Amino acid sequence: MDRKPKIRTRNLSKVFGPRPERAFTFLKEGGSKLEAQEKLGLAVGVYDVSLDIYEGETFVLMGLSGSGKSTLLRLLNRLHEPTAGQIFIDDIELTALNKRELIEARRTKFMGMVFQQFAILPHRTVLENVEYGLEVQGVDKAQRREKALEATELVGLKGWEDSYPSQLSGGMQQRVGLARSLAVDADILLMDEAFSALDPLIRKEMQDELIELQSRMNKTIVFVTHDLDEALKLGDRIAIMKDAQVVQVGTAEEILTAPADDYVKAFVEGVDRTGVLTAGSIMQPVKETAHVRDGPRTILTKLRRSGLSGILVVDSERQVQGYLTSENLVEQLESARASQERLEMARVDEIVTVSEETPLQDLIAIASETSGPVPVVDDRQRLRGVVVKGSILAALAPTDTETDAASQEATSV
Amino acid sequence: MFDFRIPLRDWVEAFVDFLQTYLGAFFDGFADVTETIIDALLAVLQGSPSIVVIVVLSLLAFWLAGWRTGLFALLGLFLVENIGLWTPFLQTLALVLTAQILIMIVGIPLGILSASSDTAEKIMRPILDFMQTMPAFVYLVPAVIFFGIGLVPGVVATLVFALPPLIRLVNLGIRQVPSDLVEAAEAFGSTGWQKLVKVQFPVALPTIMAGINQSIMLNLSMVVIAGMIGARGLGAEVLRGIQRINVGQGFEAGLAVVILAIVLDRITASFGKAGGPKTG
Ligand SMILES: Nc1ncnc2c1ncn2[C@@H]1O[C@H](COP(=O)(O)OP(=O)(O)OP(=O)(O)O)[C@@H](O)[C@H]1O
Ligand SMILES: [Mg+2]
Repeated sequence: MDRKPKIRTRNLSKVFGPRPERAFTFLKEGGSKLEAQEKLGLAVGVYDVSLDIYEGETFVLMGLSGSGKSTLLRLLNRLHEPTAGQIFIDDIELTALNKRELIEARRTKFMGMVFQQFAILPHRTVLENVEYGLEVQGVDKAQRREKALEATELVGLKGWEDSYPSQLSGGMQQRVGLARSLAVDADILLMDEAFSALDPLIRKEMQDELIELQSRMNKTIVFVTHDLDEALKLGDRIAIMKDAQVVQVGTAEEILTAPADDYVKAFVEGVDRTGVLTAGSIMQPVKETAHVRDGPRTILTKLRRSGLSGILVVDSERQVQGYLTSENLVEQLESARASQERLEMARVDEIVTVSEETPLQDLIAIASETSGPVPVVDDRQRLRGVVVKGSILAALAPTDTETDAASQEATSV
Repeated sequence: MFDFRIPLRDWVEAFVDFLQTYLGAFFDGFADVTETIIDALLAVLQGSPSIVVIVVLSLLAFWLAGWRTGLFALLGLFLVENIGLWTPFLQTLALVLTAQILIMIVGIPLGILSASSDTAEKIMRPILDFMQTMPAFVYLVPAVIFFGIGLVPGVVATLVFALPPLIRLVNLGIRQVPSDLVEAAEAFGSTGWQKLVKVQFPVALPTIMAGINQSIMLNLSMVVIAGMIGARGLGAEVLRGIQRINVGQGFEAGLAVVILAIVLDRITASFGKAGGPKTG
């Protein structure tokens, strides 16, 4: 990834209440956020946050309710005025702009925003909603219609352009919100619990869709969620917030394997079942294997038939010999054809195997280094099953009730 | 209790004197404008044959509020014409419409102002409470002092009396627009005006229409009272019925007011529903 910061915040703070600066001296003298609330009547939403968010990454803000995620997100486009600190977008200091310049900056440089409660306009049709951003920019009608139609199609709402929001399901309304953000062609997408109001099935669908869209568009996305599952799935990097501050920033793995403090630990504990679960408990049966003596054409046929993108190669004892991706195989066939050779057997790549007792913890590390599935073997190296990355994530992800329990645990720390 | 009596009465009189002296020109100008509007409306309404006016108004009611209201208007207006109350009816209609135009010109911006500033709301609230709870008759006296007798003071008294619910409901409607809609508008770079026109006002429209509906009803109820200060129209007819203790005459004029009220109510209520489908 290109490591150019897109958004930078420096010592960013937001305090709600009359004469908010009072909170700073109070906090510096060791007062707590709760005391500030009780003694001064000031709510500290975000305190002293310095972050770099890189171009093209999906950056997730995570934390318990009230930890300041939404406030931080709303600071990034100055829906909330910062009480102190600076925000830079590219090389522009957002916090130095006056009202008119800010409106201009919101229009031209960034940012789409997607809201938890959809926030689409009930008196406008789908298409008119999607057009909104372009409309306020004064883009002419034909052009904005075209872009809006494009965005509407992109989120899979083709055919619904003239419907009113009340005629749409929650998932579809959320798509309208997404399309509205995509239509303005913003570099930055701010999403506040954008999928939380959706039922689990649609939610998963929307997550997949976002990942798919992101792979094509490469925007900088800041995504707020309190769901670890979602964070792990979407985030290139995750920031954990606690009591108005960011306590840890890192990749999913860093957060899971090296929590910065007890809070983060407690936060991920309920869902971090890496120590409990083993490869044996999450492995899947093997659909198809290739034999070491199979010719390349046979293997290709097996790959095609099974619809897999790669295949494990075993010998007559079902001992794992390696892994072969379809690309690799096709490459070998092509180079053989080019050099007029006869290819008897495909060269197979070495692969790391694990036993059924391997804890999930180690699996994460192994899976992140290999591209294919991880084969699980018994003590005589015979293939028993495979672990795919999806099952690791699924195992890490708690069910909803468990998250709540985990959150409660974390609160009481 | 005390011998001393607070001279509230004198103060009010002094204040009214003051207004008359220094704002006399303004009041005259206002009176002229109002008079012009009323006269223009009356000229159109009275200049046309009554059957044409009846048909046009009924069609309008039909178009705006459906066939029931249309039919009701047709029968009602025919009855009014038939019992010889056509001219007072038109005078009242002109008075109501003129007052309503002024109410909206003043009330909607004030409502928006009070929605956009907490300070403005705080200042306006007690004034509105005062305006609304003061017995309507009390407005008649200063209205007469400033504008003499006739239709204009009737309009002014009506304006003061019927303004508060509109301001309140515009304020309420705009404040009740979900904050994430407003945030969305801002996030996409709307100016304050775009936010108002494209988001707040349309979303608040049903509530604003309820405010217009309420103010028009109060406006109508003031019409009868305005008859006491020489505003010609149905109010004067009702008053005449009372003075002569003529039940039949009073009833007829009252019925005409009711007919007008029902038609106007249905029409304005239908606007509120036309404000586009809402999210559940
Ligand atoms: N407009 C506001 N006025 C006063 N206090 C506020 C305001 N908005 C947020 N706060 C306070 O700031 C803190 C952080 O709130 P915020 O909404 O950012 O939390 P969050 O992490 O998004 O929580 P959730 O997961 O519930 O959405 C809370 O203590 C809240 O009470
Ligand atoms: Mg929030």
